Amino acid sequence: MNGADILIASLKREGADVIFGYPGGVLLGLYDRLFDSDIRHILPRHEQGGVHAAEGYAKATGKVGVCMGTSGPGATNLVTGIADAYMDSIPLVVLTGQVASELIGTDAFQEADTIGITRPIVKHSYLIKDSGDLPAAVKEAFHIAKSGRPGPVVLDLPKNMLNSPKSKVEKPGQIDLPGYQPNYEGHPMQIKKLLSALDSAKKPIIIAGGGIRSAGASEALIKFAEATGIPVLLTFMGLGGIPHDHPLFAGWLGMHGAYSANMSTIQADYVMAVGTRFSDRSTGDFSLFAPNAVKAHIDIDPSSISKNISVNTPIVGDARVVLEQLLKYISVFKAEKNEKARADWLKQIAKWGREKPFAYEKSDTVIKPQFVVHEIYKLTKGEAIITTEVGQNQMWSAQYYKFKYPNQFISSGGLGTMGFGLPAAIGAKIGLPDREVFDIAGDGSILMNIQELATAAQHRLGIKVAILNNRFLGMVRQWQQLFFNKRYSYTCMEFQPDFVKLAEAFGCVGLRAEKPDDVKPVLREALKVKDKPVVIDFCCDREENVFPMVPAGAGLDKMIFN
Amino acid sequence: MKHIITIMIENKAGALSRVAGLFSGRGYNIESLTVNETDKPGLSNMTIVTSGDDRVIEQIIKQLRKLINVIRVRDVTSLPDHIERVMALVKLHILPKHRSEIFGIVDAYRGRVIDMNKDSMIVEISGSIQKTESFVELVHSYGIIEVLKTGVLAMSKGNLVTTESNNNKN
Repeated sequence: MNGADILIASLKREGADVIFGYPGGVLLGLYDRLFDSDIRHILPRHEQGGVHAAEGYAKATGKVGVCMGTSGPGATNLVTGIADAYMDSIPLVVLTGQVASELIGTDAFQEADTIGITRPIVKHSYLIKDSGDLPAAVKEAFHIAKSGRPGPVVLDLPKNMLNSPKSKVEKPGQIDLPGYQPNYEGHPMQIKKLLSALDSAKKPIIIAGGGIRSAGASEALIKFAEATGIPVLLTFMGLGGIPHDHPLFAGWLGMHGAYSANMSTIQADYVMAVGTRFSDRSTGDFSLFAPNAVKAHIDIDPSSISKNISVNTPIVGDARVVLEQLLKYISVFKAEKNEKARADWLKQIAKWGREKPFAYEKSDTVIKPQFVVHEIYKLTKGEAIITTEVGQNQMWSAQYYKFKYPNQFISSGGLGTMGFGLPAAIGAKIGLPDREVFDIAGDGSILMNIQELATAAQHRLGIKVAILNNRFLGMVRQWQQLFFNKRYSYTCMEFQPDFVKLAEAFGCVGLRAEKPDDVKPVLREALKVKDKPVVIDFCCDREENVFPMVPAGAGLDKMIFN
Repeated sequence: MKHIITIMIENKAGALSRVAGLFSGRGYNIESLTVNETDKPGLSNMTIVTSGDDRVIEQIIKQLRKLINVIRVRDVTSLPDHIERVMALVKLHILPKHRSEIFGIVDAYRGRVIDMNKDSMIVEISGSIQKTESFVELVHSYGIIEVLKTGVLAMSKGNLVTTESNNNKN
């Protein structure tokens, strides 16, 4: 038995069933043992693809994603994905090879200080020098990754530690982390304070974020909203937290969010935020956010509270647990006295929704990207898992695909990582093979991890990649148009490959839609393919913009509509 | 405003760099930093002098508490009863005519002369930050060769460990 065997046994003990890994020099010994293990191994074509696939897997399944890369460049190629998972609170265990411990610090071949490089973007990390420490460290790593506010944990594994024999290994004992005890239950006094303030509110709203998904709090959120009749706004990361067609869903808020949602934050007299970190993309200018509202903030991460937005009632706790506590105490809450005002408030929000829904100018001659997303929504009956790249494709996906489930929308929110969507779709499809998985992409982003088509083809994954091709870096171009006097500095993709041929070269099906009438038939054809990835090149209106839009640094009511 | 933050931290590889990196990464400022093992095995104490408005200090404390190896964090400045100490070593030029004056000042500050030759001396002085600063200012005109200062140590009065005084973590 050696360190590699102990690692594999420890990973299995923690329930790891898939590793997205890329081998290399210092990992040869580990890979030799992995060859005989029943852990499924997926070989991406670039480590960045591996880590994003692990993120997609984690977001789709709710399990911890596991990825691996060798020392040096293998580890540095994982860095973007680690930062992405850190920003979006995705539970990951990242295994990195390291040069033999006696070589650390000698500038050895493929040496990099992985612990040092990743320190600001991990929830925690370990350099394991003795394989006897592995069982406890792996157990802690999974525990830390998935509990509290989830995040990535790095295990750096020197070659000699993995390869040297070990005779006796203890099973891990109880986790002993005196400095890490996340608080799940909200303080009862604060809960009562929240409810009594809510009681006197005439225009209350709930803002729910990604914490709903990671805490499995969707059901509790819906129950609480229904019990109190309070409308629910979702952040970008929270989309799907309450179904789009729920009568109390008041829209997505933020820079490209719904008029109904943004206006209601401006006019609300009470904001109950749950599982959100109040990102600047959700709030607009912090000082102009919900100016008239008393605010309560429920979050498992104390540092998210009063970081960007000061609140009156902070509650540190898990979104699901606290919502259930609120439901238990709800007898304290008696909104009857404001019944009329509350009913008017709901009517006002519905009116905003009717006045200015997400809309675009339809065309018979040129494909509108919004139309493509809407058709994908219709043809998949709203049931598909949607991953996105970053930019306009991402915002149109959020606007025109209507989500029902909290794990349905997988997108890089915090870091905004182009190249995320294709590998994330692979990870999601591997985790949930029976679900239809679409990556809605731009022609810029898709090229950032296009090599992963080979991974998808190898594993016969029937994912669909819908490229909204405008031969621009569309979102940057949009900002140049609006704020930089239409000076399109280096945002025009003057050369793009033939995506159909490219798909075919990768062993995928390649399709193209050139006019609006092509969109539906091409999508239907794509949906028939189950055992191969399909890439669809939608030749879109080149200068379509994402509206509404709140310019950076403005309040949420300063929306531009065209 | 200046704040003294004291941290009880597990004595693990890389723990110091996690704390130092957090300060630089989030743009917080460190005026001084002291780290030492405590009487409890496996635990170290870090004392950091930093500055910022209330919101910044609140974030610093919350972010420190998020670090897995950090067990407790206290803003000692917020404790009503606490003492602070720094130690300075001050190397001075001495002319024979100034010798007795300098000795008088060292005496008034309860310092100690720990090394002396015919042109220079080293004075050890400890106390609050202000006391050491004012000593340095006073002897400045005699000709300072070098001043070295430790970071700040801060301890709450009363029978509790400093990091446990008042409310605990979370």
